[in-house]
Amino acid sequence: MFNPQDEARPIPELRNLQGERLRALVARAYANVPFYRAKLEAHGVAPEDIRGIDDIVKLPFTVKGEFREQYPFGMFAAPMAEIVRIHASSGTTGKPTVVGYTKADIDNWAECAARSLACGGATAEDIVQIAYGYGLFTGGLGMHYGAERLGAAALPMSAGNTEKQIMLMQDFGVTVLCCTPSYALQIAEVAEQMGVDLKKLPLKCGLFGAEPWTEAMRRHIEDLLPLKALDIYGLSEVAGPGVANECLEQHGLHVFEDHFYPEIIDPETGEPLPDGEEGELVFTGLTKEGVPLIRYRTRDLTMIYADGPCPCGRTGRRIARLTGRTDDMLIVRGINIFPSQVEDVLVSIEGVKPQYLIVVDRQGNLDTMEIKVEISEELFSDEVKKLEGLRDKIQHQIRVMLNISAKITLVEPKTIERSLGKAKRVQDLRKLTGQKGVES
Amino acid sequence: MKVRQISIFLENRSGRLAGVLRAVANSGVNIRALSLADTSDFGILRLIVDDVDRCVNGLRDTGHTVSLTEVLAVEIPDQPGGLAGVLEKLSAANLNVEYMYAFVCRATEKAMVVFRFEAIDEAIVALQKAGISIVPAEKVYTL
Repeated sequence: MFNPQDEARPIPELRNLQGERLRALVARAYANVPFYRAKLEAHGVAPEDIRGIDDIVKLPFTVKGEFREQYPFGMFAAPMAEIVRIHASSGTTGKPTVVGYTKADIDNWAECAARSLACGGATAEDIVQIAYGYGLFTGGLGMHYGAERLGAAALPMSAGNTEKQIMLMQDFGVTVLCCTPSYALQIAEVAEQMGVDLKKLPLKCGLFGAEPWTEAMRRHIEDLLPLKALDIYGLSEVAGPGVANECLEQHGLHVFEDHFYPEIIDPETGEPLPDGEEGELVFTGLTKEGVPLIRYRTRDLTMIYADGPCPCGRTGRRIARLTGRTDDMLIVRGINIFPSQVEDVLVSIEGVKPQYLIVVDRQGNLDTMEIKVEISEELFSDEVKKLEGLRDKIQHQIRVMLNISAKITLVEPKTIERSLGKAKRVQDLRKLTGQKGVES
Repeated sequence: MKVRQISIFLENRSGRLAGVLRAVANSGVNIRALSLADTSDFGILRLIVDDVDRCVNGLRDTGHTVSLTEVLAVEIPDQPGGLAGVLEKLSAANLNVEYMYAFVCRATEKAMVVFRFEAIDEAIVALQKAGISIVPAEKVYTL
């Protein structure tokens, strides 16, 4: 554990600390951010109404759209003289959401990223290859500062240039890898083409995040790379990577609750749900100075485990692997589908690599779903009937597991856009015709 | 006597076939025979070329999905009934043909048929027994 005092703090003490920090946060936001002041007033809450962490339910939610309306600096609570860094989220629609960090914000974030690395067993002895993008995206710099805080050697690769990544991984004896799970698979794919046996490398753990992934994908990664694949969670509005991380138990991600307070709510009604029930994840950034964050709706769906303390000793509650997002759930012919379910099916079929794209369209009044799946050399046959058999098998499994019939199209390798950042898994063409639809 | 045939996966999109053939051309390889199997969604291009390894490397380097299959080339009299006679003998020997394609060879004035059998070794024995001449691989590559 990187910081046992904070990570294994007894629960009653932790709740007191959270209460104190929440009080200060709300006071700070009210005093310095007109947006929050107006919102709290409209909601009939005053800073003095907040006495302990349980009072958090009195506060209104903050949503991404509001963040965007405050573009660029409307959410900032600190003057630019105190802001030392600015990140912005990859806005697929319209303006990005902009987050400013004070010196203390950067320190706290580095601390949490260091804790995340330590969750995977990393120490000052390790070489940490950071293959998240460096830039406005928080992945690269977040893990970089975390590695340095831990005292490990940060190897700032950024994403891309995969052959060089593999060369240095091999030559430097990299022990920890940080990237998106799909990029980890791409590294394995390219290493195979290069004739590099990754199994012989001294890798011990990987922190993979920034996109939803599945248990099946974890097994696949752990098959190809000699490491423990751990899930890391974070988003720029809250800080960046290191808000929560799995420990070696691989059973949920410990939230670093002294800085980030998690709640699960019913996405329809906004009502808080008890631990153990699935709903939308909401975060309050308890210590944030640059951009105070009050009850921010992440749109990620998960639950907080209610199965007692973790054997690792950390007392921060654990969130389950994200099952999807409230906004990337697809409704096709009335059936709820998450890309992660499609991925689970694909990975379960021998030889199929989880490189796919779901294309949803509407013909007349009927939704159509097509899944493009990349063919690999091990699956390819010179006989039509074998390829058609593979296609039919995928189609059958999708129908059995997801209860929907989809057209399966086998496509050439490397034709589905690869993720240096986040993989694009869904193309919803329905919205082009004014129909409700979402894209991830 | 087994001929190495290259198969390439093709998406059913315009320009894909041209792309593959450009990659073959750029590797400096000459095509001896080809056939294209197509379905509504995808195609499989099968090639016999003069330099198999060079061709495969060239295709893989340009990102194509390639597999190698062993096939047999059989010489057939270029006259009515030439192919029917051979097929009857194969059928009598209980040999299953996965697919086949034919071309006429200028040099020998004979027709050449490429067969993909389920069981290639049994096919060789049966063809030899039936007195059907299998063309040596080297000769096919250099036609």
